[in-house]
Amino acid sequence: MTELEDAVRPSQWQRLSTRMLLVHPVKELLRFLPAVAGLLVAGTTRGNGQQWWWGLVGAVVPILLGMLRWYTTRYRFTDAQVQLRHGLISRTTLTAPMDRVRTVDVTASPLHRLLGLAEVRIGTAAAADEHQLTLDGLTTEQAAALRQDLLHRHREQTAGPAVGATPTGAAPADQAAAYEATSEEEIVRLDPRWIRFAPFGPSGVIAAAAIVGVGFQILNEAGFDPDENSAVQGGLDQAQRVGVWIAVLLLAIAALVLIVLLSLGGYVLLYWGFRLTRHAAGGTLHVARGLLTTRATTLEERRIRGVELQEPLPLRSVSGARLTAITTGLKGRDEDKALSSLLVPPAPSAVAKGVADRVLAAAGTLAVPLRPHGRAATRRRWTRALVGGVVLAVVVGGIGALVHPVLVAFALVPLVGAALLAADRARALGHALTDRYLVSRSGSVLRATHVLERSGVIGVTVRRSFFQRRMGVATLTVATAAGRQRYHVVDVRLQDSTDLAAALLPGHLEAFRR
Amino acid sequence: MDLREPANRVSPRARAYWAVESGIGWVVLIVVQVVLLVVLDARPWWQWGLLALTVVLALVGLLLVPAWRYRVHRWEVSPTAVYTQRGWVTQERRIAPITRVQTVDTERGPLAQLFKLSTVTVTTASSEGALKIECLDQDVAARLVQDLTVVTDRTEDDAT
Repeated sequence: MTELEDAVRPSQWQRLSTRMLLVHPVKELLRFLPAVAGLLVAGTTRGNGQQWWWGLVGAVVPILLGMLRWYTTRYRFTDAQVQLRHGLISRTTLTAPMDRVRTVDVTASPLHRLLGLAEVRIGTAAAADEHQLTLDGLTTEQAAALRQDLLHRHREQTAGPAVGATPTGAAPADQAAAYEATSEEEIVRLDPRWIRFAPFGPSGVIAAAAIVGVGFQILNEAGFDPDENSAVQGGLDQAQRVGVWIAVLLLAIAALVLIVLLSLGGYVLLYWGFRLTRHAAGGTLHVARGLLTTRATTLEERRIRGVELQEPLPLRSVSGARLTAITTGLKGRDEDKALSSLLVPPAPSAVAKGVADRVLAAAGTLAVPLRPHGRAATRRRWTRALVGGVVLAVVVGGIGALVHPVLVAFALVPLVGAALLAADRARALGHALTDRYLVSRSGSVLRATHVLERSGVIGVTVRRSFFQRRMGVATLTVATAAGRQRYHVVDVRLQDSTDLAAALLPGHLEAFRR
Repeated sequence: MDLREPANRVSPRARAYWAVESGIGWVVLIVVQVVLLVVLDARPWWQWGLLALTVVLALVGLLLVPAWRYRVHRWEVSPTAVYTQRGWVTQERRIAPITRVQTVDTERGPLAQLFKLSTVTVTTASSEGALKIECLDQDVAARLVQDLTVVTDRTEDDAT
């Protein structure tokens, strides 16, 4: 191994970048900021001085712990493995075999970017979450070269015997640049006009929750008390003058405007510069995005077992959709996984479907006519929605009757809502088999269409509840190592479910037939 | 195509095991209620009613459910796949090709030990794809594990 290669893939135990020592203090300072802001707003009249010092201690301890963590963390690359060791008293060593690396995720917060650092997460095929390897604090160049290297390495090895003999004169970073230039093919890039879909997607709600949370923290630290605050009291007096209904209306409009603005901001923050590219030579898909915190995810194409087209009701009402990949090797919380595997942010559904065609390498898979699930499935959607709707109607009607007899009419709202929901849910159900894929669609409020590669099917479950047995239907669940790990085909006729199972596991069911 | 039930039943002792397993909980519930009835002076009618209901449910749980589950729980291993059926109110059939099997585990709780029973869990690369065969005779379980391990050692592609 040459010196240059060693800089990217050190074979000796090595610490993360020294610049990480700066990250922890600044991070803690930022967390401390709401408290400081609160102090500045409230002055020193309310809180006593001691609280302030306790806050400072609370900030210093994590900084010291962060430094200790840096000091005790080391990593290295052997020929076949990446290893990460950390801990002072109980030492943990995480090992990821190189040929099991499925995804590489490079994230850089604004602070990381300022210091020229990045966090590299290496996803392997292991099922357990704790086996994810995170190298927080490599330099940007190291991270980029490492990403290139990890995913393209074993491919080169299988390509020819030239591994040991590759000319080692060029720096890996140069090789990486050469790769980008020669074999990159852009599949989709963000069109700024798509921002119109932002208020209909989930990012707005998330951003709103985060900002409201921080706002409350500042108010809390400042010792804000609505009963004593003159602005709040003045507002209440004002409200009594204009009338309660108008005040409520104004508040609702203000909240709506706030959510729209926040969702626009959230969309820009998350998806700015979104770009999905394919690297033919490496056989990978590459997603880069983010305005302040940038994130670059590399997915091995061979491991992508399908796509999920998500059309939640608000997004569907403006013909929008988002697309995620169903792939192995992504770890962490579900939302995190969903963001890592994102292939198209909220965008026109035609764009999402076009990208699906190119990723699946089978045009028209999402346009295949789906087989509806029949009368029993429709009836089950209606019974389920109406049971909930009737209960809600009784509650709403009861409360309405207590206030004024005319308000009983409000009981119709949940009933009509339930009927619409049932009809839409019944209409959504459908499935189809193509040469390579199983397509299944379901849901109304959160409608999703799953396209799952048949060769990625690990097993099938035919599940029948008491009511399903009586109506002669079954839910077929397909187990796979990728994405959500299980995908359902809901309430198909029993006969269809076994036919589907037989088609998904060819040759395995014959022994069990009647 | 119609699937038949898997060929093998679980061990006949499973019925007794299930009855004892659920019985422990019911006995505790009944004893607590009897003690309360004896200790407390006020004995409202609903307390008697509750006790009666508990006894009826316990009898169902002890006599009916184990027999019902014993009828449903079945398993079979063909040269290429594992096939199980389990449940009672909600029933499910699972099929996984042997080539997709990753590990085969056996598990014996203290109570199962007493009844000489083992539970075999066949895991796959999907966290949702595990097949569980409950309450097998210990010898049958050991043989099954050995057979499956031999086959899975030979396979390479696990569809991750």
